[in-house]
Amino acid sequence: MKNKTGKSAVDSIDSLQTAMRRKNYIADRGLVTSIYLAIKLGRPLFLEGEAGVGKTEVAKVLKEVLDTDLIRLQCYEGLDISQAVYEWNYSRQMLHIRVQEARGEKVAEAELFGPEFLLRRPLLQAITYDGDKPPVLLIDEIDRSDEEFEAYLLELLSDYQITIPEIETIRAERPPVVIITSNRTREVHDALKRRCLYSWIDYPSFERELEIVQVKTPLASAELSRQVTTFVQEIRRADLFKIPGVAETLDWAAALVALDQQTLSKTVIEDTLGVILKYQDDVEKVMGKTIDAILDRMGIHE
Amino acid sequence: MNEHPGKLLHNLLLFGRLLRGLGIDVDTGRMIDVVQSLRFVQISERTDFYYTLRCLLIRRREDYLLFDSAFKLFWRKPHEKPQSTMRTAGRLRRPRPIIIPPPLRLPDPGLTPPGPNGSNLHPHEPPIILATLTYSDREQLRHKNFADLTEAELEAIQRMLAEFFWQLGQRRTRRFQPGRGRRIDFRRTLRENLHFGGEVLQWSQKEPRLKPRRLVILADISGSMERYTRLLLHFAYSLTSGFSQNSETFVFSTRLTRITRSLKEKNVEHALHQISKSVPDWSGGTRIGEALKAFNFEWGRRVLGHGAVVLLISDGWDRGDPAVLREEISRLQRSCYRLIWLNPLLGSPDYEPLTRGMQTALPYIDDFLPVHNLASLEDLAGHLNKINENPPVRRQLLRGTPLRIYDG
Repeated sequence: MKNKTGKSAVDSIDSLQTAMRRKNYIADRGLVTSIYLAIKLGRPLFLEGEAGVGKTEVAKVLKEVLDTDLIRLQCYEGLDISQAVYEWNYSRQMLHIRVQEARGEKVAEAELFGPEFLLRRPLLQAITYDGDKPPVLLIDEIDRSDEEFEAYLLELLSDYQITIPEIETIRAERPPVVIITSNRTREVHDALKRRCLYSWIDYPSFERELEIVQVKTPLASAELSRQVTTFVQEIRRADLFKIPGVAETLDWAAALVALDQQTLSKTVIEDTLGVILKYQDDVEKVMGKTIDAILDRMGIHE
Repeated sequence: MNEHPGKLLHNLLLFGRLLRGLGIDVDTGRMIDVVQSLRFVQISERTDFYYTLRCLLIRRREDYLLFDSAFKLFWRKPHEKPQSTMRTAGRLRRPRPIIIPPPLRLPDPGLTPPGPNGSNLHPHEPPIILATLTYSDREQLRHKNFADLTEAELEAIQRMLAEFFWQLGQRRTRRFQPGRGRRIDFRRTLRENLHFGGEVLQWSQKEPRLKPRRLVILADISGSMERYTRLLLHFAYSLTSGFSQNSETFVFSTRLTRITRSLKEKNVEHALHQISKSVPDWSGGTRIGEALKAFNFEWGRRVLGHGAVVLLISDGWDRGDPAVLREEISRLQRSCYRLIWLNPLLGSPDYEPLTRGMQTALPYIDDFLPVHNLASLEDLAGHLNKINENPPVRRQLLRGTPLRIYDG
């Protein structure tokens, strides 16, 4: 490999998995393999999954593991080049014209549209990054942007280059590690996916989620961690419109710790259900019978 | 790549071909990536090999299961016959549904049915039947109920439908274009004033770009709707071919089936033929609530973004649970810009929406319109075109509000 990304962390799938675990990210083998290959092959990684399963977290952890910078672009509808890539610094350009005028000189157009008047937005920053290791570029929630922006990304993702008409085509010397996430609120165009490695992140198994809770909420008692995980795993099977993600499990565990709870009980669950369920319909649906049934299965009685 | 690199390469290519045969879009460039990746991954580790192939060759979660079976069958210890395995995997992709032919009306004996390759079809054939219609015939036809059409009239109406021009109201996007808006376009301003020596003499403005709204059609094809089904599918075809990029169509009776792709066919008869094969429950009973639920859970978040307009076509005869219907139609209304219910029965003057399904749904509908003759479709076209001008008034409904009798 031409880039020296952290001497040992990405030597093998195993070492990457260990390194990520050291940074408190418990990933399954499939995900680690895709991250590893994305780095090795120099391809963007497209991560899809429901909200709160830790897609964005992957980029943050990679930043730590690779010991480099994270450049983040949050997508939204109407995101355009001036916000994502570059913008000309108009006030500086105007000032420059005035200054030159005062000196009695004329301003050439090429001078006005030079690199010093360029405001670098995240994508350009990632391409022209000059640290010693390639940065991690996170393009977050691409499904929120629109087709126009997706189309723009194609050039960037296949050749790691950006064309600024007034200047030239800028090519990355060291391609960034690109992580793209999507909640799948709409289908992203195939042309874009085709340039990426793909990984779907599922809700974790009980063992994995328990481990995540223990690692991320060390203050929670062993009993509480186990109960919280079991409960969330169970409630995911209920007929819910919005299934709670790992983020919700962690929030809940943290909330219960803050409330000084050692174990779960029916009252506590009902009082704090809003932490894991975000739709009133869902809350109503599980209140009462569903909760009782789950508690019964967990062997918790009032 | 420890033993026979040549053989492995050969097998990889075969595997790629197997996936392609199963309908997974594997491009050749990707196979090169696979070969490259073998430098980095210990392929003797079966799991790692599995995940390597998966993250490189699969681009949709829906294909994970298929990949899994294909992988297990293909990369197994060599004693069984490979061919039988491929067939088994193929069955996974295309579970053969029991094909019940749709209740399509047969064309007049003189007309030949469409051949599979379109050889019998004459898409550019002049509309003979239409040409023979006089003005008053046409007028009469416009107001004739779809349910009472003769075969020839049906043909004529279908042709008239094909000429319909649909335009859905536009919505403002958050993207800008040069224009007369209130925002200043600095980039253009600077550029255009350069030749005045940088003195800003002319301001350039920009305005929000407009885009047609997305249209989602949910059509009831249950038994009670049978008389209207074929025409409504023609209607859906004519409606969606206008803005194909931006519409989604589903049909339901007991189950929900997405037919968006079939409707993209160039030829309407081909499209209907495909649909008739893909829909498992023609003229079944109706469970509107369950169908809407399937839509809300599976598709709602994916297709209802950005101010979508939903057309729900049904007569409201519902055999499902009213509680489910209420919950789901309310959810549907909350997640779209406009919920329009088209009811073919609403055309008859003495119709009252007293069925339980209709009763449950009414409070959650923004517009309740008839769809029983061509004139009503024309009205609908006008309504859709002006959809931004009269935004819906939505009241907060108390949960468990007693059902209200529709009073006009």
